Amino acid sequence: MKHDLKGKKQLYGLTFSEITQIVKDEGFPAFTAKQIADWLYKKEISSISEMTNLSLKIREQLSEKYEFGLTPFTKVDVSSDGTKKYLFTTSNNKFVEAAYIPETERATLCVSTQAGCKMGCLFCMTGKQGFQGNLSTNEILNQFRSIPEFQTISNLVYMGMGEPFDNLDNVLSSLEILTSEWGYAWSPKRITVSSIGIIPAMITFLEKSNCNLAISLHNPFDDERRQLMPIQNVYPIQEVIAEIKRADLGRQQRISFEYIMFDGVNDTDKHVKALVKLLSGLKCRINLIRFHSIPLTPLKGTPDERIMEFRNALTTKGVFTTIRASRGQDIQAACGLLSTKEMGKNNS
Amino acid sequence: MNTWNDLKYKEVLVVDNKNLAKDAYILTFKRTFNFVAGQVVGLGINTLIEPRLYSIASGENDDYVEILYTEKADGKLTPMLSLLKKGDKILVSSPFGSFTENNDSPILIATGTGIAPFISMLKSGKGRAATLIHGVSFPDYFYYADYLEKELGDRYIRCCSKFYSTDYFNGRVTQYIQEHQVDPNKKYYLCGVAEMVVDTRDILISKGIPYRNILAEIYF
Ligand SMILES: Cc1cc2nc3c(=O)[nH]c(=O)nc-3n(C[C@H](O)[C@H](O)[C@H](O)COP(=O)(O)OP(=O)(O)OC[C@H]3O[C@@H](n4cnc5c(N)ncnc54)[C@H](O)[C@@H]3O)c2cc1C
Ligand code: SF4
Repeated sequence: MKHDLKGKKQLYGLTFSEITQIVKDEGFPAFTAKQIADWLYKKEISSISEMTNLSLKIREQLSEKYEFGLTPFTKVDVSSDGTKKYLFTTSNNKFVEAAYIPETERATLCVSTQAGCKMGCLFCMTGKQGFQGNLSTNEILNQFRSIPEFQTISNLVYMGMGEPFDNLDNVLSSLEILTSEWGYAWSPKRITVSSIGIIPAMITFLEKSNCNLAISLHNPFDDERRQLMPIQNVYPIQEVIAEIKRADLGRQQRISFEYIMFDGVNDTDKHVKALVKLLSGLKCRINLIRFHSIPLTPLKGTPDERIMEFRNALTTKGVFTTIRASRGQDIQAACGLLSTKEMGKNNS
Repeated sequence: MNTWNDLKYKEVLVVDNKNLAKDAYILTFKRTFNFVAGQVVGLGINTLIEPRLYSIASGENDDYVEILYTEKADGKLTPMLSLLKKGDKILVSSPFGSFTENNDSPILIATGTGIAPFISMLKSGKGRAATLIHGVSFPDYFYYADYLEKELGDRYIRCCSKFYSTDYFNGRVTQYIQEHQVDPNKKYYLCGVAEMVVDTRDILISKGIPYRNILAEIYF
């Protein structure tokens, strides 16, 4: 449980069982737990004093140890295409970003799960800043709750900074709050968690959550994927996919694969063939992503024309393939570009 | 997060748990499986605490398996590992993953316990012409130094960042690489924490090493 600087614990981000425990410990009537959960996740208040159906005595007692726990964003960049990148300062002065991407029919928020990341993927800006810490459940959900567009968000993707399965407990708690009846009561179909495939945590996720899973694939060949993603040495993509095939997936649960297109690296006919073979027998989609070069990376993005050909080749072979629209390029809001390394220095 | 249910594991007896330096230990148990140098095992003391991953630090044909680990004061497992004594039971998974290759003269770069897979590789008779660059904060953490001096001679390069001595390069591994020539025809293997791996990889790439010649294992 996260504490604020005054030593108060934060209510926002607690699961129903955690709230129930507090109610029990404080000696409040049992029904108070449901009332508190309602105030936290069904109404738009930001302080305990506004929880008006709790008695004044309960509110005062609660306020002695707890605070509501919302943290406003510290900066926002707005792209010419309407995409917004929000910066949040978390506990211990960590910085994380969330990207809000409005479209005609929907609005997606891309949230971070860690400040920095330990996974060291060659093509990723977040990876380059090292690891500063896990986000608490409060900090993950605060990115969603504390932006002005909160009510317009239709989809959530856990694709911001960090590897969600390296912070599994807090990610699972946040998903529980988002999808439970006592919480935001969102359909898990509206939420996608993206991972590079940490197998044990992925198995737990598939057992405990019905949210969609996106796996960062980026190369079907063992030797080539290792050069891009150190995780391949420990949990090879071939085994990740075998585990997904073995898993008992929820009926609505969608599996997709992220595939950033690197010029001459993973965009040849040989790669199409290997992808088709690797994914055979799995109901899934591949999402092709344009790569926008980052400093000190020897990789270049595949030209658009080749991306289309690649998509067509996969589609012809029966693999449902889409090309992700590039959004927020002018403010570096694309996945894998979020990095707060410099901001940390400037703001400290 | 990792659960024992997902892993094949055995209960084995600790043969030794030697304190090498402040917070650094070598845990030894009998080898009951075959493995390839560079592989890791999941380790634990009971099924209530999720397994943690450790590189095997001993040779493929050795009778005993060695694990080189450091105790993290605020960690869950390592403070308990450090209390283990001969005859205590531990849980060990089957080995998995792959990292090193049969490459005769690679450049091996490690910080701290990241040296473990390279020790395993050398003790398995692989990469005998390797150059090993090991970075630590204090000289006590130059694990397996006697063995490495004997095995590699001048090709064993020690970088010490917090203790000055004319015996070592004084500074971090990244600084050493920045200041020395690198050979674009060699293969580079990096092992340790994310920050070192990412920074070292950037420096190597900026000095003309093709990214395809760099492989990394991160202790996340
Ligand atoms: C492929 C691989 C190989 C490895 N090989 C080795 C090896 O050979 N030797 C070795 O010593 N280690 C190795 N490790 C690391 C090892 O797996 C453990 O992570 C390490 O021993 C710490 O375990 P622990 O249970 O004591 O600490 P943990 O409880 O896992 O915590 C680890 C550290 O993270 C911090 N931490 C924990 N939770 C949080 C949180 N929520 N937010 C922020 N920080 C947190 C802790 O303070 C602690 O410092 C390897 C890891 C990997 C992935
Ligand atoms: S791509 Fe994802 S897992 Fe890889 S370094 Fe970046 S944030 Fe971490």
